[in-house]
Parts: sequence; structure tokens; C-alpha cells
Amino acid sequence: MIVSVVRRTLIAGTPLLLGTIGEVICERSGILNLGVEGVMSTGAVAAFMVTFYTHNPWLGLMAAILAGMVISVIHAFASVSLQSNQVVSGLALTMLGLGISGLAGKPFVGKPLSVKMHDYAIPYLSDIPYLGEIFFDQSPFFYMALVLAPAAWFMLDYTDLGIKIRSAGENPQATEAQGVNVSLIRYGSIIAGGAFSGMAGANLSISYSGSWIEGMTAGRGWIVIALTIFALWNPMRALVGAFLFGGIFVLQYLLQPLGISPNFLAMLPYIGTLLVLLVIGLKDSRKLNAPAMLGEPYRRGER
Amino acid sequence: MKWSGESAGLVPRSCWQQLKCMIKIEKLEMAGISKSFHGIPANRDIDLTVSSGEILGLLGENGAGKTTLMNILYGLYQPDSGEIIINGRAVRISSPLESISLGIGMVHQHFMLVDNHTVAENIALGYKKTPFLFPQKKIETDIVAFSRKFNLEIDPLKKIWQLSAGEQQRVEIIKALFNGADLLILDEPTSVLTPQEARDLFRVLRDMKKAGHLIILISHKLDEIMALCDRVTVLQKGRIVGHAHTAAMDKKTLARMMVGRDVIFDIQREKMPPSDRVLQVTGLTVNSDKGYPAVKEVSFDIYKNEIFGIAGVSGNGQRELVEAITGLRQVAAGKISVNDRDITNRSPRKIYDSGVSHVPEERIKFGIAPGLYVYENAILKQHHLRKYSKNSLLAYGNIKSHAKKLVDAFQVLAPSINVQTKDLSGGNIQKLILGREISHDPVLLVASHPTYGLDVGATEYLRKQLLKQRMAGGAVLLVSEDLEEIFELCDRIAVLFQGEFMGILKSDDPRTADIGLMMAGSLRLPAAGVAG
Amino acid sequence: MIPSINITDREKITTADKVWALAFSIVAGLFFIGLIFLAFGVNPVFAIAKIFTGSFGSMYGIKETVTKAIPLILIGVGLAIAFRAKFWNIGAESQLLMGAIFGTWVGLNWGPHLPAPVIVPLMFFAGFVGGAFWGLIPAFLKIKFAINEVISTLMMNYICAEFLTFLIVGPWKGKTKFGFPYTDDLPASATLGLIPGSRIHYATLILALLTVAVLGMVIYKTRFGYEVRVIGENPEAARYAGIDFFKTTLIIMAISGGVAGFAGVGEVAGLHHYLSYPDSISSGYGFTAIIVAWLAKLNPFFVIIASIFFAGILVGGDAIQISLGLPAATVEIFNGTLLVFLIMGDYFLKHKVRFVAEPRTGHQTTKPLKTG
Repeated sequence: MIVSVVRRTLIAGTPLLLGTIGEVICERSGILNLGVEGVMSTGAVAAFMVTFYTHNPWLGLMAAILAGMVISVIHAFASVSLQSNQVVSGLALTMLGLGISGLAGKPFVGKPLSVKMHDYAIPYLSDIPYLGEIFFDQSPFFYMALVLAPAAWFMLDYTDLGIKIRSAGENPQATEAQGVNVSLIRYGSIIAGGAFSGMAGANLSISYSGSWIEGMTAGRGWIVIALTIFALWNPMRALVGAFLFGGIFVLQYLLQPLGISPNFLAMLPYIGTLLVLLVIGLKDSRKLNAPAMLGEPYRRGER
Repeated sequence: MKWSGESAGLVPRSCWQQLKCMIKIEKLEMAGISKSFHGIPANRDIDLTVSSGEILGLLGENGAGKTTLMNILYGLYQPDSGEIIINGRAVRISSPLESISLGIGMVHQHFMLVDNHTVAENIALGYKKTPFLFPQKKIETDIVAFSRKFNLEIDPLKKIWQLSAGEQQRVEIIKALFNGADLLILDEPTSVLTPQEARDLFRVLRDMKKAGHLIILISHKLDEIMALCDRVTVLQKGRIVGHAHTAAMDKKTLARMMVGRDVIFDIQREKMPPSDRVLQVTGLTVNSDKGYPAVKEVSFDIYKNEIFGIAGVSGNGQRELVEAITGLRQVAAGKISVNDRDITNRSPRKIYDSGVSHVPEERIKFGIAPGLYVYENAILKQHHLRKYSKNSLLAYGNIKSHAKKLVDAFQVLAPSINVQTKDLSGGNIQKLILGREISHDPVLLVASHPTYGLDVGATEYLRKQLLKQRMAGGAVLLVSEDLEEIFELCDRIAVLFQGEFMGILKSDDPRTADIGLMMAGSLRLPAAGVAG
Repeated sequence: MIPSINITDREKITTADKVWALAFSIVAGLFFIGLIFLAFGVNPVFAIAKIFTGSFGSMYGIKETVTKAIPLILIGVGLAIAFRAKFWNIGAESQLLMGAIFGTWVGLNWGPHLPAPVIVPLMFFAGFVGGAFWGLIPAFLKIKFAINEVISTLMMNYICAEFLTFLIVGPWKGKTKFGFPYTDDLPASATLGLIPGSRIHYATLILALLTVAVLGMVIYKTRFGYEVRVIGENPEAARYAGIDFFKTTLIIMAISGGVAGFAGVGEVAGLHHYLSYPDSISSGYGFTAIIVAWLAKLNPFFVIIASIFFAGILVGGDAIQISLGLPAATVEIFNGTLLVFLIMGDYFLKHKVRFVAEPRTGHQTTKPLKTG
């Protein structure tokens, strides 16, 4: 039973982790993207449609990544080039994403995929008792997420590109003064975030469920936004956080017989995020990675 | 050696070990450089030369054109006319990247560093050849090597916010050197340093000079120009007023060149009898945004019927002093009282109610709400008074009539009081602000650079108004960089330098001839000259 | 010769300019929406026409539009005030729900004992308290702990939604509801009268219009409103003028949350008559109202027009769902695309963009940096 719970926790947490990796990269460059829900949904429908017609889930995955990237350009254009209010343009992205995916997916409702993205059992490792079933017989998305999280962390902390992205989020004026094109970095980060959110959506439609319904993302995009903060903008913490949040949703109803209300359990991730913010507010936020200029539009040439 | 702006790359490794190294620039000239912004000239026909192994000082007040000139050299601006010549060949510098590749580096007055990141990460950000993987680790050894070369001790792993101002400056210098800077431009480098840090900096600069680097030092401080520079070029209001070898020059002459006039005062003011004290400031210490003291234990008094002026180059603590008095900034130590009532650290509104009015330095940024109408801005500071808001409702009748009176009395040219304030010209906005601040008979009027950027007519008008205040029994604290204004209006003058008063003088005191020296930090009068 | 783009701030913006920009945005947006419809095999002309006729083309449509506009007006005007004070309240959704919760409690518990003229105002009052309470929490968090209000209000949405779900499946589960997760019906005295032949709960409608009038007066005629307007224009000048940000923020959020609470009571007492899942009570009103407030340029009176416009889109969305079999989310395309074009229109309103046929000459700026 425990095996099943843990396994399901990992399954639930995978799309959250994927989305969060992308949002972390985006926010580290200084841009708040509230459109994750819409991008995820777009990725989900794109993956579904392509997989449906080509019977190849990997093509579906690529389509999802591409779709996520393309639709994120809208937010990038609005918040970087037009320097508009990031909250408003993020919400616009959510609406557009949900709307377009709903419209595009209509013909596919009730038509399950014949070929899903099947789970893949890693030979030998999956034979380990208990652990094998939990960790090594999972969807490829899980494996990808486990690789991408440390990769993103490594990129941000230990590469030249990472320094540029983080500097753009901390102090865009200083970054620009070094000859780095802050707009380009931010565009790239937002689009990369879109790729990850698209991937998360694909996870939902071609691996997790194998079918399409409207509203499939069910608020996961918003959870990603909370998770990004909860993880203190660190992809490795996001790994822990995503499975923690995922675990809560799996356990929600299981713990009910014990008298624990599933709803109060479900509140925990959000209260947890607020607590994290509280701690940041009380202590020196510098030590906790909040990008200093998150959400502030940057005008070139302005001191 | 390449000059066309292609990347000339970093100084090769072997250079770190040797003291003397292949410096590409032997001589750099700026010839006939002119630059105007919106029709206002910032640089007029400037000639300047600096050679390898030499430190050139660029002396002048704020607004003299020093930073503009250096920004042209650094590629941030293009000159309207004139040339830049390196080693006899004319070059075109169209961006900072190009100037960096030509071997020019600049250390700005306000550091361009990411506080939250380490030294290594900041340098990696600016370095053109940062490796993609593990950049911090890879350039760490290089950073240490560079720092050893010129004794610029720095820990690459420390975060910027953990460093002192002097250490942060070292990071900026190393950043420039990393990119192969032969010519190093430093803009007011000691403005944030302690005396010890300044001495360390000088040592470093002298070592760099010995190694063949070219250095341009922008400063308004005579002592350091005399101590450090081989030659000095003096700018005043955009023009060169002289070149000199510092060895052959004396401070007084330089000061006079910088300030541009033989200080002859013209008493067009009526002498006013001594009167009651209005403002008392004792031992005032105020910290700047960065945390270090910008105002250091300053004490002075202001009396009725007088205009008290604070002269000095911007950035020596004037802003922090004014903000402390008007309640916009916390005081670290000391006391401020108005009419014997302590107003230290009270809220801006309470201070206003105690009778302190304020005409702010940046009028549009702080003094008005641009989108609101003229009559609404006419009561910006007074809207809480019962006259204008009875029982929480605004009394528009009173407000509008007050606004009309203001507009008439202070000659604010506006189509009506119902237009948006941002549609008014700068001069008229300032007149509106001044009128508003004077209108309720303040005990003390604090005016910060009140005529900055105004046309002749508005300037004239505003000065007359300040004199009127004085005659009518008011007291004025005037902060200004314009010496002409200071001498025309003030009864007593204090010169602020690095957060301290170099002297407080009556305006008819003959020692005011040395005001340039005081502004440049080279002369400090004994405390006996304090009383009014 | 690569043309470079020269962008400068536009000096003078007239009302005519603003109207043109708005019209342009809407027309361009509609055009784009048409393209999207086309791409998915839907007849764009028919679909867009249906949206408008569905909402404004029939008596039924108009009545539905007014019904949906009520909560938008209330929340929209509250957000207009909050945004003016630069407080980005994304939590109106949950402030509405909290208001619904508090109002329902009063209605269920005191309703049976009190006559309608007493219970109804009490419910609205309770709703205001609930919404205000929920709105004050993020305000307090911002003041005391500098917590970004976008995130905190967003989190409050989720916490409240879970709390409501908890209530309706748990302690407040209706005894008369056959195990369904609804509360019992509100007693008759606690329900709001409707304009006959429609679903317009006129009490809330009147309340909404009154709120607009009152808040409009507050913004333009009171000292407090003046201070809010100064903050909205120039926060630095507000500080210089001695305006107390803390006090202002708290009052603002009490108002903004409170009027959202009114909307919550209206929805439950006027339309549903019982509490149920968050999604049934409020279908995104809290978010749509953000756009309403933004479109209305934070002017309380324009909020009414903008609310009717967006309510029309919502009703039209229902219409095309029924007649064309399109999914409900389709209406989100409308909202999203219009919003994007409004953002663009806003940008071109404030900036003059010219193509200059010169080769790029580096970082040429038209404004000088600090000279020295």
C-alpha cells in the first residue's frame, strides 16, 4: 500500500516539478509569469493532438514543448518589450492558453489515445523490491524531470549563462552595463519556462491520463507558481517541494478516515508558501534567493 | 595590435607575473570634442591628452561636463564633433563594448555590481571571455593573480554586499583590468571611501601608473588631484579653462579656475537685524542609502530674517541633510529642533505642521503628482488642514480659490487651474511648488536646488521670492551648487564636503574668496567661524 | 541599412488619443480572435456575431448580461481603488467567497427568526465583514512583512477555496440535500427578490450602483480619496506629502475586500440560495474584474461600462457554447486576446515609435544620463 502511495506521489509531483523548473528560470531572470496554467494547458492539448494523429508520443512531447514556447512569446513581448504590468499580461496568457486549448481540444474529448507515453521499467533496477517499483518503473516524464531539475540547478549556479540570467533578475542596470542584453536573456528565460510548462502539460495528457478533457490542468499551473516561491527559486528544492505537494494531494483523501480533513491538508502547500514568504520578510531576503527585481519592468537606459 | 574595434582580447597570462607589460595605448587624445543635449551644450571644443605612465586629473564642479566627456570616451555617447585619437590614429567608439576592446575601462561613481552575487560572479558577468562551465571557479585563480599584481586584496568568494565600499571599488577595477583596460577612467572614486581606503586606492593607482597604464581621474577634490595626478585639466561650464602640471600649480589658482570667478560679492540685500533662532541642528549624523554616514556630526543654527546657504558639490551629503530635516530620512544621531520643539525623526506631516516647508530637489519626481490638476497639487502638502478638508470631505471651494491666488501671486503661467500639472513648463511647476510651500507662512523654508534647470526669467523670479521671504521675517535654508545664487541670496554660507562643514561664514567675510578650496576639501576653517 | 527603432515618450495624450487607442485595440483584438476561430474551423463572423447577439441581441441576453455584470461592478470598483493605491489585489475571488460564507452563516442561522428587511441588510453587512477580513490579511502581511501582495492574495484564493469546500462537505452540509455537498437553502426571507422574468437580484444591483456612487465620491471628493490618487500618481510625492501608506493600504483593502464580499452575498442570496463549490459561486469573477478595472482605467464610473461589456462577453460565451457546441473556455480566448491588444494599445498610446532608417550607432539615448 505504501508502495502505491509513494509511487502515486511521484506521479502527481512530476508535472509540478517540470512546471516549476521552468518558472524558476523565468522568475530568476526577473519576470513574474502568472500564465503557467494557460501554457500548461496548451502543451497538454498540443501533445494530445499530435500523439493522436501520429501515434508517436515523443512527437507529441516535442509539439507540447514547441507550443509552450510559442505561446509564451506573448507574455515575453508584453512584459519585456512593452514593459507592461506583468500581472496583467500573465493573466492574459492564462486566459488565452486555456481558451485556445479548450477550443482546439473540443474534437478530441472522449477519444482516448491508442498509444500513450508508456511507463518504462529500467532493466535490473526495476527488479529491486519495493524501490524498483517506485522509482524505476515510471513514466519517462519522471525520469526527465529528475534529470532536468539538477541540470537546471547546475545551469543557474555553475554556468556563465546562469550568472547572466540571475544578474538580469537581481540588477538589470548593472547587467546591461556589462554589455549583456537583458531583454534577450529575459525573452529566453520566459520562453524556456514555456517549454517546461508545455512539457508538464504533455505529462498530463499523454502519460498521466491518456485522454483530453477541458480544464485538465485543474489549477496545477497556480500550484507551480506557489511552488516556485516555496522552493525559494531553487530547482533542487523544487524537487523536494513538488513531491511534497504531490504527496499532499495523494494523501488528501487517504487520511480522511483518520479524521484529518482533506481540505485542510490541501491548504497546507499554500499556507506553507505564505510562511516561507514570512520568513523571507523577517530575515534577510538576500540569503534566500528572492530575485531582487522580480516583477519590475526594466527600461533600457534608465538609471 | 588591432584598432578597428575588433576584440583585442585579454592581456596575455604572462602579463600577470610581470609588472611592466605590453600596454597597447601609448597616447590618447580627444580633439575638439563637442556635445549638446537638446540644444544645451555639455562639452564645448574640448582638447585633452593622456599618455602611458601618466595620471591625468579632470577637475570641475558638477555640470562642468566631466562625466559627459568620459562617457563619450567610454562609448556611451557619440560626440557632435571632434575626434578621439589613439596612438596617432583616429578611432570611432560607438559602444562600451568597442571602447573596452580598445583598452578603455571605466569605474563609475555608482558601482554597477550585483549585490547578491559573489565577486567572481560579478567579474564573470563583465568578462568577455568567461568560460561557459564553472566560470566562477575558473576565473578565481585569475582574479587572485590580478589582485596580487597591484595589491588589490580581494576574496573572490565573498558576496558584494559583504564588502566595504573600497573593496567593491576594487572589484570594479579588477573587472576593467580583466577586459584588458590600459586606460582606466575613475569617476569621483573617493566619494565613498574612508581616508584609509583612499590611500590604498592611490597606492594601487600609482603602481598601475608605473606599469604603464594611463589613468584619468575625475574629481572635484583638490587635495587628491594634487597628490595623485601628474597633470590636470580644468573644466568649467563645458569648456576647458586650463591645463597644468600639478607640480607647477598651487591650489588657490586651481580652485579659482574650477569655480570660475573671482568671488566678488555684491550686497544687494538689505542688512537685516539679528533675530530669533528658528532652527537648531546639533551633532547631526545621517546615513546614506548604502549605510555609511553621509552627514557627519553637523551643527548649525538658522535665524529669522536670514537665508542660510549650503554650498558644495552635489553628493557631499546635501540630499541626506535636507531629507533628515524634512522628515524623509531617519537620523542616525543628533537633534533637530524648530522653535525649540524637537522634530528629530518625526513624520514628514508632523514636521510640516511644525512649520518646515520644502521645495524638493527633483521637482517632478518628488514635488507634484503630475497627472493631477493644478489646483489639486496646490494643496499637496496642506490637504489635511481643516481649511481644505472639513470632516474628511475636500473643500473644493477653498482649494480652488487658494489655487487661483497662488497662481496669480506667483505668476504661474497656466491655461487654468483645471489643467494637469504635468502640462506646465518646468519653471511654472517650480513656481507653483514654491508658492505652495510659502503660502502658509512657514517658519523655515528648505529650498533644494530651486532654480536648477530653469530659464533666466523663472530663476530671477524665484530668487526674488526667496529674498521676499527673508524680508518678511521668514528663514530660508538654501542648498545650491550655483555659487552665483549662493552669494546673491545668502547671509551666511556653509560649505559641505564629505558630510562635514568646511566652514560657516557670513557672506561678507573675506575668507569667502577661498570657497573653491573649501568645496574641494582643501581648506577647513576653525570652528570659531561657526557663529552667525 | 538596418532601420532602427526610435522610441520616445509621447508628450501629450488627449482624450481623443485614448479613445482611438481603445477602439483600435478592440477592433484589432476582434480581428485576431476571428483569425483564431478560423484556424479551428469555426466561422469567425458567425461566432463573433453570436457572442454579441447572444448578450445584447435579445431581452433574455440583456437580462443575463445585467445579472452577470452585478458582481463585476462591485468587485471592479473595489479593485479600481486598490490598484490606484498600487495594491495588486489578485484575491478578489476569495474575498467574494468569504463574503458569501459569512453572509450564508447569518442567513442560515438568523434568517428563520428575522424578517426580510432586517436579515438582508445583515447578510450584506456580514458579507462585507467577511470580505474585508480576508482582504486585510494580505494587506497586513505586506505592511508588516513586506510580502508581495500578488502572491499572498493568490494564496488566499486557494486557502479560502479549500475552506469553503471543507464547510460544504463537512459541518455545513445540508440536511435536506441528499448528501450532496451543498448547504441547506437559505430561508425565504434571506433570499433576494428578482426582477420578474429575469434573474436580476435588484437589491444587489442597487447596492452595486450605490457602491460606485459612494466610492466615486470617496475617490474624488474626500481627503482619503485624494491621498489614494496621489499615491497612484506618484508614490514618491505621496511620501513627500506626508501621506501614511500603512493606514491607506489597510483602509483600501478593507474596502476592496468588503465590496467583493457584497458580491458574494449577492450571488448566493440572489441566485443560488445555497452555498456550494467555489467554482459554482464564482466563475472567475475575481479575475475578470481585474481586467474590468484595468479597462476602466481605474475610474469607478467607467467600471460600470466595462463590467457590462465583459458580462456581455461571458453571456455571449454561454451562447456560443450552446449554439455552436464550443467549449466554455472559448470565452477565455476573448478575454485573453482583448487584454493583450489593450496592453499593446496602451503602449502605443504612451510611446511614439518611429522607424529611423539609419545604421545603429550604439547606445544612443535621447535623454542624458546624470551629467557631472
